[in-house]
Amino acid sequence: MKSVKAKAVYKGIALGRIYVLRKNDYTVKRTKIDNPEEEIKRMHQAKEMASGQLQNLYEKAVKEVGESSAAIFEVHQMMLEDDDYVESIENIIRTQQVNAEYAVAVTGDNFSEMFACMDDEYMQARSADVKDISERIVRCLFGGEEQSTDFDEPVIIVADDLAPSETVSLDKEKILAFVTVHGSTNSHTAILARTMNIPALIGAEMDLEELHSGMEALVDGFKGVFLLEPSEEVKADATKAMEKEKEKQALLHQLKGKENVTKSGKKIKLFANIGSISDLGYALENDAGGVGLFRSEFLYIGKDALPSEEEQFRIYKQAAQNMAGKKVIIRTLDIGADKQADYLQLGKEENPALGYRAIRICLTKTDIFKTQLRALYRAAAYGNISIMYPMIISTEEVEQIKKISAEVKKELAEENVPYKDVEEGIMIETPAAVMISDELAKMVDFFSIGTNDLTQYTLAIDRQNENLDLFYNPHHKAILKMIQIATDNAHKEGKWIGICGELGADPELTETFVNMGIDELSVAPSSILKLRKIIRELP
Amino acid sequence: MKSFTYVIKDELGIHARPAGMLVKEAKNFQSTITIDNGLKKADASKLMAVMSMGVKCGQTVTVTVEGEDEEAALNGIQSFFENNL
Repeated sequence: MKSVKAKAVYKGIALGRIYVLRKNDYTVKRTKIDNPEEEIKRMHQAKEMASGQLQNLYEKAVKEVGESSAAIFEVHQMMLEDDDYVESIENIIRTQQVNAEYAVAVTGDNFSEMFACMDDEYMQARSADVKDISERIVRCLFGGEEQSTDFDEPVIIVADDLAPSETVSLDKEKILAFVTVHGSTNSHTAILARTMNIPALIGAEMDLEELHSGMEALVDGFKGVFLLEPSEEVKADATKAMEKEKEKQALLHQLKGKENVTKSGKKIKLFANIGSISDLGYALENDAGGVGLFRSEFLYIGKDALPSEEEQFRIYKQAAQNMAGKKVIIRTLDIGADKQADYLQLGKEENPALGYRAIRICLTKTDIFKTQLRALYRAAAYGNISIMYPMIISTEEVEQIKKISAEVKKELAEENVPYKDVEEGIMIETPAAVMISDELAKMVDFFSIGTNDLTQYTLAIDRQNENLDLFYNPHHKAILKMIQIATDNAHKEGKWIGICGELGADPELTETFVNMGIDELSVAPSSILKLRKIIRELP
Repeated sequence: MKSFTYVIKDELGIHARPAGMLVKEAKNFQSTITIDNGLKKADASKLMAVMSMGVKCGQTVTVTVEGEDEEAALNGIQSFFENNL
């Protein structure tokens, strides 16, 4: 058994035999030619042929993965026709009197280098597209067709790298998984693998020369591991996990894209709670309508120092972009109590749950708070971000937050840094906030109820203490009444309200919440489809 | 010569696909159409040049149109931006 670490771009498990896809090695040599005009004509013929192949790929992709994922092949076709690109090839042939293959390869390298140097990850990934079309023309110049890939049984495709055209040209029915040595998570191959629901690993560090087609292997997209010649025990576990995954997929298939609506037409939004950027994939896979709670603590915990504005900006921006226009509610730093960061030197407390934590830290250590807000407003320009403040107990706190956020925005405007205004809301997780929710609702755009803390503070029960289990009732009337009060007060001011605590995912309460008029439930990604099923069966 | 300015609203900026559509649209006109985001300039009929500008969401671009059909080109390109970007 040999194990190779890799990065998963689509989570899933596949077990089967591998097929090693080796690139046709067209070594481009520079040769002098006598008649440049003839050579240019030959290049144009190859370009026509390449364009025809891309048209076929486009049509195949439209059928298999849909119009929007197929559009890349339309873009490839247009890249082939790009004036600058074609002119550059013609110039090289004419001025250097060289063969078309060489001119195309050099031009391809130059243009792909141009994209690789851009400071934008998305555009950097486009350099692979330029390489792909250039290689395609070179292949056509050699008179070569694409490598035929015929296998009798479904296989795990292993390759150095896969161009999007290669990914699509493979017979989808016969692919169990993709494993590549190179590639990026933003590449079209990664995107296509996700759309096609095929487990895929990239960045698997291994020497392809040591592999041969037909070897047994396991692709574990959950752990990011490629396992060659797995043991019987590993195979048995994998088979079980695959069956579980299949059940989940069946549920997904049945419910994906469906509305969260009861039989009588009541609607409720289902969002995902996430704790880090890597959870975004789960949120999307489970068809979350957005992210209802993005805990920003992971940026602060387990580090030696505070995260910089740039570091935070990059992560928030990625979240906004990955969710592609869907709402991403990011909660500002909620540290303290059980979540500690040594470098902040917060010190031990007698009663940490009632102590120096969350917004209380932010409002006293305003430099930390401001850095986070700057990153959030800047990232907001790239998608649909909302900001949520935890542990609020008074209107004065909200006023103070507003004052600080106005300062931050003013600074950004003065520095000419792009940013966007966002929807801003507060967590309702203290009995105090519930009691003054009529006043708070006038000041903010939305509420989100944190049921874990609200329960602990309302019932005066420490949930870590086992001796109290007897007294602990998560469905306590006091909690449900509090939720109703906050909901009514939010709606009176025309604001929306959600629940992002554990109670939100409690299937026994779903009907109660829908009837209360809760607008959104934010739950673990794995609970979304289960709740959707329940909601759709409600009267 | 005519021109207009536009603030990009598409979250991804002028990414590959709209860039392709823009080039298609620009090629319908005789006029020379130039895009300028204050950092780089590109001829709107050249795909890779437009893409390599890396125009992002929130950026302001100035589009300049010059040629015989500049009136029609301006209208065409302006409505393209409003509908797609």
